Amino acid sequence: MQISAEQLANLYRLAPEIILCATGILIMVLDPFVGPARQRALGYFALAGTIAALFTIRLAAIDPGLAYSGLIRADAFSVFVHVVVIGAAAIAILGSYEYLDDEGLQRGEYYALVLFATAGMGILAGANELVTAFIGLEMSSISTYILAGFRRRALESNEASLKYFLLGSFATAFFLYGIAMTYGATGTTRIDAIQAAFQITPPAGLAILGLGLMFVGLGFKVVAAPFQIYAPDVYQGSPTPVTALLASAPKVATFAVMVRIFYVAFGTSSDLWFWAVWVSAVLTMCIGNFAALVQTNVKRMLAYSSIAHAGYILVAFAAATDLGVAAILFYLASYALMKIGAFLVLSHLGQQGEKRLEIQDYGGLGSKQPVLAACFALFLLSLLGLPATGGFLGKFFAFQAALDSRVVWLVVIAAINSVIGAYYYLRVIVAMYFWEPSKDYVPTPVAASLATALAVCAVGTLYLGILPGRVLSLARAAADSLTVR
Amino acid sequence: MQPHLLTVLTFLPLLGVPALLFLRSEDHTWIKRIALAVSLAEFVISLFLIRGFVTANPGYQFEEIHPWIGSAIRYHMGVDGISLFLVILTTFLVPISILASWQGIHEKVKGFFIALLVIETAMIGVFVSLDLFLFFVFWELTLIPMYFLIGIWGHDRRIYAAVKFILYTMFGSILMLVAILWLYNVSGSVQFASTFDFPELQARLHAGVMHLPPNTEMLLFCAFFLAFAIKVPLFPLHTWLPDAHTEAPTAGSVILAGVMLKLGTYGILRFCLPLFPDAAHRAAPVIAVLAIIGIVYGALVATVQTDLKRLVAYTSVSHLGYVVLGIFAFSTISIQGAIYQMLNHGVSTGALFLGVGMLYDRRHTFEIKQFGGLATPMPVLMAFFLFACLSSLALPLLNGFVGEFLILIGVFERHHAWASWAASGAVLSAIYLLWAYQRVALGEVTVEKNKTLPDASTRERVILVTMALVILFMGVASPLFTRRMEPATNVLLEQMTGRAQNANRPAPPATSAERTSVPAGAATFKTEAARVRP
Repeated sequence: MQISAEQLANLYRLAPEIILCATGILIMVLDPFVGPARQRALGYFALAGTIAALFTIRLAAIDPGLAYSGLIRADAFSVFVHVVVIGAAAIAILGSYEYLDDEGLQRGEYYALVLFATAGMGILAGANELVTAFIGLEMSSISTYILAGFRRRALESNEASLKYFLLGSFATAFFLYGIAMTYGATGTTRIDAIQAAFQITPPAGLAILGLGLMFVGLGFKVVAAPFQIYAPDVYQGSPTPVTALLASAPKVATFAVMVRIFYVAFGTSSDLWFWAVWVSAVLTMCIGNFAALVQTNVKRMLAYSSIAHAGYILVAFAAATDLGVAAILFYLASYALMKIGAFLVLSHLGQQGEKRLEIQDYGGLGSKQPVLAACFALFLLSLLGLPATGGFLGKFFAFQAALDSRVVWLVVIAAINSVIGAYYYLRVIVAMYFWEPSKDYVPTPVAASLATALAVCAVGTLYLGILPGRVLSLARAAADSLTVR
Repeated sequence: MQPHLLTVLTFLPLLGVPALLFLRSEDHTWIKRIALAVSLAEFVISLFLIRGFVTANPGYQFEEIHPWIGSAIRYHMGVDGISLFLVILTTFLVPISILASWQGIHEKVKGFFIALLVIETAMIGVFVSLDLFLFFVFWELTLIPMYFLIGIWGHDRRIYAAVKFILYTMFGSILMLVAILWLYNVSGSVQFASTFDFPELQARLHAGVMHLPPNTEMLLFCAFFLAFAIKVPLFPLHTWLPDAHTEAPTAGSVILAGVMLKLGTYGILRFCLPLFPDAAHRAAPVIAVLAIIGIVYGALVATVQTDLKRLVAYTSVSHLGYVVLGIFAFSTISIQGAIYQMLNHGVSTGALFLGVGMLYDRRHTFEIKQFGGLATPMPVLMAFFLFACLSSLALPLLNGFVGEFLILIGVFERHHAWASWAASGAVLSAIYLLWAYQRVALGEVTVEKNKTLPDASTRERVILVTMALVILFMGVASPLFTRRMEPATNVLLEQMTGRAQNANRPAPPATSAERTSVPAGAATFKTEAARVRP
């Protein structure tokens, strides 16, 4: 069989998704043949799949371009997002082993679903066409709906799954409707073609309606206010490693597709969406932070904190410049690391049945499990935005980009918000280090797999905080690759 | 070592941290010994700064410049006459605090000394950073170890005090971050790329390459000043201070009063004045009034305290008011006085807190009522306590007098009214300190338990004698210090008046023009500017 150069390019530009899906399908096939006691082996296989996918991204990086007649666009931007998304999935898988063992949920399909979701997010990141983006969104959404309900016997997990599914379906429907409107206005669903069309006639009527509808659909996925209502319940109810994945990777991929649609396709008229993003950013930050202030359940608090962080990312989005896109990408990378890290720590501390998630359960953790507590403190301080952590530089570049576009008041609001946020992150640290140890807590040793995952997150957070130069230049190159054509 | 002296100074304490981590947690003796050794080595190394410091040179010395993040953010360090002695004050007070904590800390000993070493790194980093980004990183990093020092090893209301402390200061500094970014954005032009480099910004502002409209300048000034004023703390932003000071362990109070408050006044002097001279001039009357209110209010509140440590804490509000007033009088003498007063306050208030801490070690209370007639059972300790009080109330021949006197002379030249109001603080300080001393030390021993209190131990005597010698030395040998401060102070004022009065006149050659790095840096920035800014 002869494979033309173009077909070959198609294949390797989509290689990560192909590998992820193939591994996922293989796991589903192997699942019945592997005994219940050995299901964990499938997890290792899944991890190997993600790592293989990570390596194949290199191929797209070496030879960027379009694939499958322009449906997929492999450029530096998509490569960057792929690395973050697949990396996040790999860390989440690594961090899941212990939790699934403890909960008696060790099953192949868990890993298969994670892989399918990741593949969907990969497609989102590389989509150059709206229907393809929709397919990616659905792939990742449907898999995560199931994952959210993976603790079948727990009521809150069922609630999370159902709520996520119902509201998520609505959101994707909005997105689809928006695509239809945009198609009606421009006669095409290809992002570059839409951009070209708008350069001739600026968007009006139908196209603006389409833009608004897509904002609703995507805003839901990135947990931007006023579409954030579902997030606390879903994040709290889902199994904690799933929450780690849910709070990071889909957000990364959806922000990527938002950049492609808003900044690239509708980029000629960023005034159209500037105020929508501005208002949404303010609402998102304020709702997230103020609601987090009063939480006593740490998992729920971190759920609200991810809402707040979506707001900070929207601040960079409002900049509507390449600098802003680079800031978004850097933020997403550091955000994924610290958020996954924080939730994985919780997945261990929650112990069997996720019983120990209240703040008073963590009293004196600093003296009982110093290393774990130090990791948790690092992630919290990074979420807070302390210098020398990735979280600080994420905020720093986001603010810098927004100020560069003269979006001053939004930055001031974001800055004040980040101090409000400091209060609830510090509260957990207060509990861990300043309180007397709680008597009934019996620490359990951290499994090697989880420890590795946490170490990767911690080192990554510090690396991005102290030596961000390399990642920053990659992010800038990624942002450049969007518009240089 | 000379070319990397500042890097060594900044990160040496941090190197002590892994050394401590490898020790067993129960091995208290060696933890203390190593922490002390590291901090003493640090102090000795810092003395090389004085040796290598060229007195006549008004610019930055021991400079280090390395690229760090992209091309705009650089690892840029240097000291001048303003920061030189603050660095040495830091390296001096840290070993003293470690020695002071020898007995009082029983729990989580390892963590305590790690926190002290980390905070030393951060504080020195603040004083030597010449890049706004680098400065901000160290500035924020000082918060976390202090937060832990107060929160873990503090007294009864420690958690409240720790959270209040950190939230107050973070609120101020986040707005400063926005201002730093804003400054960065407006620093760029067609020829020059944006930069975070402080001397570079100074040079551009001075040469008129970069221009800030008055309103922008005022806003930026306010954002910077708010962060520093909270740290100082200037009335009415001082409310975190009594809590933090009172609840912190002795070492924490010494570091907090001795060095961390100076971060605020140093910031004003280093950044607010040269970057925003016009705004500083415009805001000066308001700030001076607030400073004077702080001087009088702090003194009055200190007088009525029943808690000895809280009393000492309020003296800081009063004394730092002098420093701010001295800075905003904009005269060479008053600014030198302000810098000198920063050092004095560090030593004198440090000594007071050490004395109070020694009393606490014996009686576990700060209530003045619980003391009385202590001079009888512990003559030595109380003698040194009196000495510290006298230094703090500015007795001639002791250090406090020099600083206060210089400030008052400088202020008097400019505004008679300011100086006369401020001088009332000098009288009040004599009242509250001597009255406190009288209630604590003189008369009959009122509480039975106090009759058998042991006098100062050898370790305590070492600490007290050292402090007393430094107090005396700084009182009689002040020219050794002011001589080195003068050139930098003069340049600062020249730049300020130069820009405030002749905004349109062709600028005199900037002091930074001789800096070899600038043209080279500017050239590489150009291409970057074209790329980054759309």
